Amino acid sequence: MKDNKLHIIRKKRGFFKVIYPILMTVLTYLPILMVVIYSFNGSRISSVWSGFSLKWYSQLFRDDAIFEALGNSLILALASSLIAAVIATSAALFIGRAKLPFKWAVEKMSLAPLIIPEIILGMVFLAFFSLLGLPFGMISLIIAHTAFCIPYVYNQVKARLEVMDNTAVEAARDLGASPMKAFLTVTLPMLMPAIVSGMFLSFAMSFDDVIISIFVTGVDVNTLPIIVYTSLKTGVTPKINAICTLMLGVTVICYVIAGIIGRKTKDKK
Amino acid sequence: MSKKRNIAATLGTLPMYLFTIVFVLGPLFLMLALSFFQVDGWSYKAVFTLENYISAFSGTYLQTLTTSLKLALISTVFVILLGYPFGLCTSFLSPRMQKFIMTSQMIPYWVNSLLRLYGWIIIFRANGLLDKILMGLRITDEPLKLLYTYPAVVVGMIYVLIPFMFASVYQVAGRLDYSLIEAARDLGASRTKAFLSVTLPLTLPGLKTGIVHTFIPSMGLFFIADILGGNKIVLTGSLINDLLTKAHNQPLAAALATILMALTGAICILLLRKPEHERQ
Repeated sequence: MKDNKLHIIRKKRGFFKVIYPILMTVLTYLPILMVVIYSFNGSRISSVWSGFSLKWYSQLFRDDAIFEALGNSLILALASSLIAAVIATSAALFIGRAKLPFKWAVEKMSLAPLIIPEIILGMVFLAFFSLLGLPFGMISLIIAHTAFCIPYVYNQVKARLEVMDNTAVEAARDLGASPMKAFLTVTLPMLMPAIVSGMFLSFAMSFDDVIISIFVTGVDVNTLPIIVYTSLKTGVTPKINAICTLMLGVTVICYVIAGIIGRKTKDKK
Repeated sequence: MSKKRNIAATLGTLPMYLFTIVFVLGPLFLMLALSFFQVDGWSYKAVFTLENYISAFSGTYLQTLTTSLKLALISTVFVILLGYPFGLCTSFLSPRMQKFIMTSQMIPYWVNSLLRLYGWIIIFRANGLLDKILMGLRITDEPLKLLYTYPAVVVGMIYVLIPFMFASVYQVAGRLDYSLIEAARDLGASRTKAFLSVTLPLTLPGLKTGIVHTFIPSMGLFFIADILGGNKIVLTGSLINDLLTKAHNQPLAAALATILMALTGAICILLLRKPEHERQ
């Protein structure tokens, strides 16, 4: 198979190089397109297409449970990525000089959630929280999500710190800035892109997480992925299709606006 | 002065340090301990036993473990074959196209991954999109009934995992120095030779990270098999899930989880280990 592929690359290299990424992108969006199309399906049974209809959207806006779950998901993703950003950035900045036993071993362990299958993380949190007697709900969700968000921010910030030019910070200090001032006006702005991209990744991972959430949530707190999972299991999804189509729309609009702003600022320069 | 700064540094590191010890190390240690505990009704007793491991390595549990490992390996191989050229080819494109492909790979993250799998259900369903296309082109005469089969599960796994491979490979390939490839070609290397002796070794770190980020999650992604495979393909992940939520047998679940983690850990260490001649 691999030889075959190399052969294709060699033979139609120019063509293949352009067409292949585009083909993969189209395939990425094919199932998403199906979800979007079927959100406008008049029939309740998704195997039957019975014409264009907006009825699932009107039903969606009357469904408080879904919007409550969406709200929970947003709060959870925002809280855990923010906490992870603060904790991880601070540790990435200071760990070199900190005096703590086994600090490098603990640093490695803090990255472990990245390479542990989710089902295992879910089960260990469940067992641990019930042992501690921690109530299951938003707090337990935030702790669990923070644990797997930390590595994303930490890795990004650490990588940025390694390539960062220290002369700017030294210059600020030489010119009489206090360490705090030098940090706030020089180091932090230089680290910001790394922190933001780490938070972005964390947010996306938390917002989409279903396995860990199912284990550590309480009976009365649902997140959107949990609702999607339960409705997929029972096979009834028209309203879910509708809300995900709306969310996709919002995302695309955000990306387009970000792109336009990015282009405008580039033009000004 | 320096002492004061050290104290500040210690305080700055402390939150992550404590969080990791309490909420990462603690739970993992508990899992290890639980796996050696005796089952006692719906709970457990702190009495040492190897029973959980003995049951984990016998009968259905062992069979499930092999099934999971096999599915993870098959999916990873396909993800390499499809995802590596994806990342590499993208890095050859114009900056504008690269940005477009990158963005279009990021947007789906904001659509729930379960729902994206649901899209595949619509495609694979008997008389669904795929069947209609194949029958329309007269490639097949009757519905393939692909849904709830092994290939459907593999497609679902590949679909969910490819972005990780793409990102890892593209990140390395994007920094590739193309003059090296050109130099190899100018010196008379065939395209295959240039690929094998220049491009592949230089992008290998990306490929390796990609494999790790594909293989590890693939061992735990039981819900794909649940959704696209019906109840035919039982993976260790779903067994752990059932043991916890239905049988309330935490020790056995912990034993299975420990084995799963040891397996994925071993494979990753093997992959990320530097070859003999590179070590020094």
